[in-house]
Amino acid sequence: MITRWLAASLFFVGLILAWHLVVKAQIWSPLLLPSPASVFEYLQGAAQDGTLEEATLVTVRRLLIGYGLGIIVGLPLGLLTASFRWCHDTIGILALGLQTLPSVCWVPLALLWFGQSESAMLFVVVMGTVWSLIIATDNGVRTIPPIYSRAARTMGSTGLHTWTHVIVPAALPFLLSGMKQGWAFAWRSLMAAEIYVTILSGFGLGQLLHYGRELHAMDQVIGVILVIIVIGLAVDKSLFAPTERFMYRRWGTARG
Amino acid sequence: MLTIDHPPAPSQAAKLVLNHVSKWFQTSSLHVHALDDVTLRIAEGEFVCLVGPSGCGKSTLLNIIAGLDHADSGTVQADGKPIDEPGPHRLMMFQESALFPWLTVLGNVLFGLKLSNRLSAAERREKAEYFLELVGLKRFMHSNVHELSGGMKQRVALARALAPNPSVLLMDEPFGALDALTREQLYGDIQRIWSQHRKTILFVTHNVREAVCLGDRVILFSPHPGRIREEFAIPLPRARDINSVDLARYATEITRVLKGYVESEVAG
Repeated sequence: MITRWLAASLFFVGLILAWHLVVKAQIWSPLLLPSPASVFEYLQGAAQDGTLEEATLVTVRRLLIGYGLGIIVGLPLGLLTASFRWCHDTIGILALGLQTLPSVCWVPLALLWFGQSESAMLFVVVMGTVWSLIIATDNGVRTIPPIYSRAARTMGSTGLHTWTHVIVPAALPFLLSGMKQGWAFAWRSLMAAEIYVTILSGFGLGQLLHYGRELHAMDQVIGVILVIIVIGLAVDKSLFAPTERFMYRRWGTARG
Repeated sequence: MLTIDHPPAPSQAAKLVLNHVSKWFQTSSLHVHALDDVTLRIAEGEFVCLVGPSGCGKSTLLNIIAGLDHADSGTVQADGKPIDEPGPHRLMMFQESALFPWLTVLGNVLFGLKLSNRLSAAERREKAEYFLELVGLKRFMHSNVHELSGGMKQRVALARALAPNPSVLLMDEPFGALDALTREQLYGDIQRIWSQHRKTILFVTHNVREAVCLGDRVILFSPHPGRIREEFAIPLPRARDINSVDLARYATEITRVLKGYVESEVAG
């Protein structure tokens, strides 16, 4: 464990060192490629005056609400499309089609429908999450060996109980991978929306990034990118990784 | 091996009664006559084995008795009442282990208990542990399903099927995927458990020796359409050893009859 930590730390320290050396070599203008030190300085300053914290809070709040809504809508719809042919032929095909649409394409629509508002943001995030979640859930439920629900039925399980105690847990590995994918889509669509849409009700990380470009503040651009990466990593490591480890122990395979 | 007294003769009350049961399956290209006019009476506490080549409708018959499937004609009754849905008095044990991988061994055994009984959590737990002990796996109760061998999985499946105290146990080639040595152990276990708990067991297999080793009666099925051809009483004392000469004699005779049906079928 310690050697793994050590190897990982060494790798990232080396990466920063390489960055530092490239800046030192002055191949590119420091306006285009700021030094690690100046990025760190920006992050420190932004953390102290509270802009970073505020932007992170605004972004994470949008993300959680949008992603949560996406799950609340997507999971049940996926269960529906998996269990009823007519749902599969309607909602399922709709989901398949809309899932192929890059979520940034929803931005103009959201702006016209909702104006410069939080609702526009949420709309984009939900649209980015919900379709892939429907498809992942549908696939997950369809791949469950039918013997599970047959065995459950002989033991007296019916209707809702079969759903909550057999079908959903049996599909869990697939639901998790669907949720992970949904998370990635939500995160991407939110960033796209925040970069393109200036919304007065809150100033998120995407907007911070956008203004970094406007002001030609490269240290801000790279600093914010780093923050976005770190949030993505933190969510993966704190939310998904433990669930995956549990599943690996239980199922014996890292399915999905 | 435990020595077991010859079990008391089963009472004459009919537990399961099938009258002229027929079943067809319609697939896109075929119209399959799965069961043809099957009539069968199984007494309370009896151990009956259904033998036949694969595809002869044995499993279909078991599914109908379990209530997972319906007969197209004829009647199926348990305790004098028609069977139209699965019930906790008739539990089924499947060919491949149908254990739930998202639950531990204990969780699997508790699954049926939670559904069928109005027991307190402590009583359920006690019962589950008792049946795991009975199949010799109590110390694995907190294990995950994938950590068990094939034979252990089927033992857990047996404990799970026994725990809600069904009166009928339907077993669909439960030992088919196991190696010979593990199977022999399980023959001993199942006979011991049957003699202790007196369930009515309907056991489907294509292994004639297995059928003779376990059954009070062996019922011979032939395919296309699936129908009962012959019935053999096996009066051998219990517990039976699958390797005994007497048992082999019965098995040889039944195999010879079975081959006759299969060959006449091939000849048309």
